[in-house]
Amino acid sequence: MDTELQSPPLPARDPTRSFQDMILTLHDFWAANGCVILQPYDMRMGAGTFHTATTLRALGPEPWNAAFVQPCRRPTDGRYGENPNRLQHYYQYQVILKPSPSDIQELYLKSLAAIGVDPLKHDIRFVEDDWESPTLGAWGLGWEVWCDGMEVTQFTYFQQMGGFDCKPVAGELTYGLERLAMYIQGVDSVYDLAFNQHGVSYGDVFLENERQMSKANFEVFDTDLLFKKFEMAEKECRNQIDNDVPIAAYEEAVEASHIFNLLQARGVISVQERASYMGRVRDLARGSCEKYAELKAPEWAEKYPEWSLI
Amino acid sequence: MADFLLELRCEEIPARMQKGARAELEKLFRREMDASGVKASDLTVWSTPRRLALIARGLPTATEAVREEAKGPPVAAPDQAIDGFCRKNGVERGALEVREVKGRETYFAVIEKPGQAALDLLAAAIPAIIRDFSWPKSMRWGDASISNESLKWVRPLSGIVALLDGEVVPCLTDGFASGRTTMGHRFHSSGEIVISGADDYADTLRDAYVIVDHEVRAGIIREGARKAAKAAGLTVVEDEGLVVENAGLTEWPVPLLGRFEDDFLDVPPETIQLTARVNQKYFVCEGPDGKLANAFICTANIAADDPAVVVDGNRKVLAARLADARFFWELDQKKTLAQHAKGLERITFHEKLGTVADKVDRVAKLVRWLCEEDIVKGDPDLAEQAARLCKADLVTEMVGEFPELQGLMGGYYAAKEGLPVEVSDAIRDHYKPVGQGDDVPTAPVTVAVSLADKLDTLVGFFQYDEKPTGSKDPFALRRAGLGILALVLSNNIRTTMRELITAAAHAGGSPDAGRDIAGFLIDRLKVQQREAGIRHDMIDAVLPVESDADTARVVARVKALQSFIETENGTNLLAGYKRASNILKKEKWEAPKNPSGKDPSGKDISYTPETAEKALIDALDAAAPKAASAVTEERFEDAMSALATLRAPIDAFFEDVTVNDDDADKREARLNLLARFTGAVSNVADFSKIEG
Repeated sequence: MDTELQSPPLPARDPTRSFQDMILTLHDFWAANGCVILQPYDMRMGAGTFHTATTLRALGPEPWNAAFVQPCRRPTDGRYGENPNRLQHYYQYQVILKPSPSDIQELYLKSLAAIGVDPLKHDIRFVEDDWESPTLGAWGLGWEVWCDGMEVTQFTYFQQMGGFDCKPVAGELTYGLERLAMYIQGVDSVYDLAFNQHGVSYGDVFLENERQMSKANFEVFDTDLLFKKFEMAEKECRNQIDNDVPIAAYEEAVEASHIFNLLQARGVISVQERASYMGRVRDLARGSCEKYAELKAPEWAEKYPEWSLI
Repeated sequence: MADFLLELRCEEIPARMQKGARAELEKLFRREMDASGVKASDLTVWSTPRRLALIARGLPTATEAVREEAKGPPVAAPDQAIDGFCRKNGVERGALEVREVKGRETYFAVIEKPGQAALDLLAAAIPAIIRDFSWPKSMRWGDASISNESLKWVRPLSGIVALLDGEVVPCLTDGFASGRTTMGHRFHSSGEIVISGADDYADTLRDAYVIVDHEVRAGIIREGARKAAKAAGLTVVEDEGLVVENAGLTEWPVPLLGRFEDDFLDVPPETIQLTARVNQKYFVCEGPDGKLANAFICTANIAADDPAVVVDGNRKVLAARLADARFFWELDQKKTLAQHAKGLERITFHEKLGTVADKVDRVAKLVRWLCEEDIVKGDPDLAEQAARLCKADLVTEMVGEFPELQGLMGGYYAAKEGLPVEVSDAIRDHYKPVGQGDDVPTAPVTVAVSLADKLDTLVGFFQYDEKPTGSKDPFALRRAGLGILALVLSNNIRTTMRELITAAAHAGGSPDAGRDIAGFLIDRLKVQQREAGIRHDMIDAVLPVESDADTARVVARVKALQSFIETENGTNLLAGYKRASNILKKEKWEAPKNPSGKDPSGKDISYTPETAEKALIDALDAAAPKAASAVTEERFEDAMSALATLRAPIDAFFEDVTVNDDDADKREARLNLLARFTGAVSNVADFSKIEG
């Protein structure tokens, strides 16, 4: 007789009382709307936009719909776990829809409803906020979405990426997960968020991490090593570009960007030097995007005769 | 007559662009109608975040047929010319008519433009309006954006309503077909709304929770905020810019008042007001004592099930912002301003002008000089202390977050530190005056720091050839120039610009910029005085005789001159002067260089002068020395009065006396007399520079 291994019935999700349920609900919602659900990029990066599923996939004519959580590192935002709103490590939920569907705003509002934001109880607003990333040679128009005066999402129609016009345009949604959860759960400190429905808090998971990483970012990182790492990433990026592997090159640009952020947190980059470092990161990121577009362009042009790179 | 409604619906239009968009829609609609010779009796344009609407009333239902004729080349002209004429007018050669013009057979093209139905005309106009619409920033979107050629709009366009007397004006623009359905409020209405025509448009939308008239929404916000404040025993701090912005963010505005914790009132009120306004678009309120109250008014875009929930959410956001502000306020005070000022060594002021710390050092030295030379009556030590600290707040957290608070925060921190009130006031106000109409400092220490800061900026940039050109003035040098003039004039600073410019000169910069800077300041003076009704030509007339003067003296003389020129005596004297100098110019007569004296030839007149001639000689003998001494003693009105006594004699002279007499002696004497006259006048002002 076979022993049937029966898993216990899955509990219902409650996005209003569990951080992870909120994420899983967003996954359900966007999966049902045709998105590929990706896992986070396995590198340290400042924003979900750096994920190749956003940057590189925004290039070229092919449709692409994806959703994923991306952990973000902002070393200078660390507060040693003492500020209830600021973290050096937090999560963004990214949705990228290309081409941007005509009902993208409605889809977004439905996703908010799915995680428990009722637009007749809460004042939802689309407030002008254009986005520009000189580092990525990218810009777009859109809004920050307000919920009772709080910015909960960045909503952007990408117009350019890596210096190229986006053809077609992708719509990008970036939810600030901790903020949204704090709002939905009604807590005043991020560390008080319920991570799951079994008594684990956000603080249980991340407080010690914030304390240690804030100290590391502000006080400990060996700045000589960081400068070397920056140069190594820069050199490696060029090497990869020269050998026609722009995805690998792009990763080095992402690495250089994070190392630069760490140098900033250590306070060793002067105002004058800052612009020059940013220019170097930009050259790497754009060089990688350009190489990627250049390599893929013939294939894209063949599949989409109405499309052209420039 | 027919009424036309056009609604262009799109995703949320930035609030700041809506006013311009209304004007653009009206302009383009008028352009299209003018091109067809059609006029609406009344035009209304409305906007909400999600739509632009235009209602044109009293349009003709059709245009009249028009017959136009164009004259072409003679029949004998080469084929090329005739074909060109046909192409230009869009007619076949066979359709040309031949008429006789001055005896020559000449071609004429007759073009019949049939009357057009308004419906057709509008159907063609709408796509043109959409295609030519200019937004400050526009974008592509959706499937069509695979091509560069796809339509651009401020945000994705989502629908077009076009109705003429209730009938759909059929048109298609980039895949959008016109119709009669629109959408109501994003959350209070669902499904499509059917519009029957221009007359019921606003009401139908109102039923769907959209107030389409932006003025009405602004009124609701303005009044609602006042009422909400009053109900709480407070007064709203009026802010029309915020009213308009909130009207641009809402289709169904509902002002709601909330409270924040009292503790936050410890931070400077300007900080609270700024973070509430800039970051959250909230109004703030004052209590009966005129002080900032712990209240804010947000404008929701829904009639919420429970407004308290919305207010509470907004309160939390504001509290987090205020907590940040308080954190900065407390953190900044952990260092003295002098300690903060050390950080200025790391900030570049301009690549050629060094760091902000370098600038502060120059300004401090200039301030000391201004006070020690008694040009400004401030205490040199206090003034230098203020100058050394005046930029320190640029490296504080608070000013990093709110750059608009520069100066103000430094003033607060200085006061908290217990520095002398002259010093904290000077730090607070040294950026003033920021524009025309702004308060001009009068406290001596503040005047010294403000003046030195602006002089250093203006002179330094000119020395490194970073002058404003055309519309480009990246370092706001025009504003600095106006500030310098306002400070000098308001505080009666009696030093020449040349001396101030020389004192402010940077050691490493070009030594030859002085003339340019002086010329630039003269231009600024003209701009500034124009506001006060002073003509630029009056300034030009005074400058040649006041080349070494301070600005206050120049302006006093200019004002006296203009008052005089505007009297009847002045106008006539000016006419007499012009006539005299024209005669002298024509005769190439050298003006005598001895305006107050007698006949410069040294000769007595060899003949008996005519009465009018004698009268002018006597008047000149009396007036010239009077005017000269009045000018020296800065009694400019008296100098003008002295000139006024010449008006009747010069008029009579021209009336009765022939200058170009046959007698060579008489001619010479009279020309010399005219030269004496123009010389005496020119001693008061260069009348040749005066227009009219």
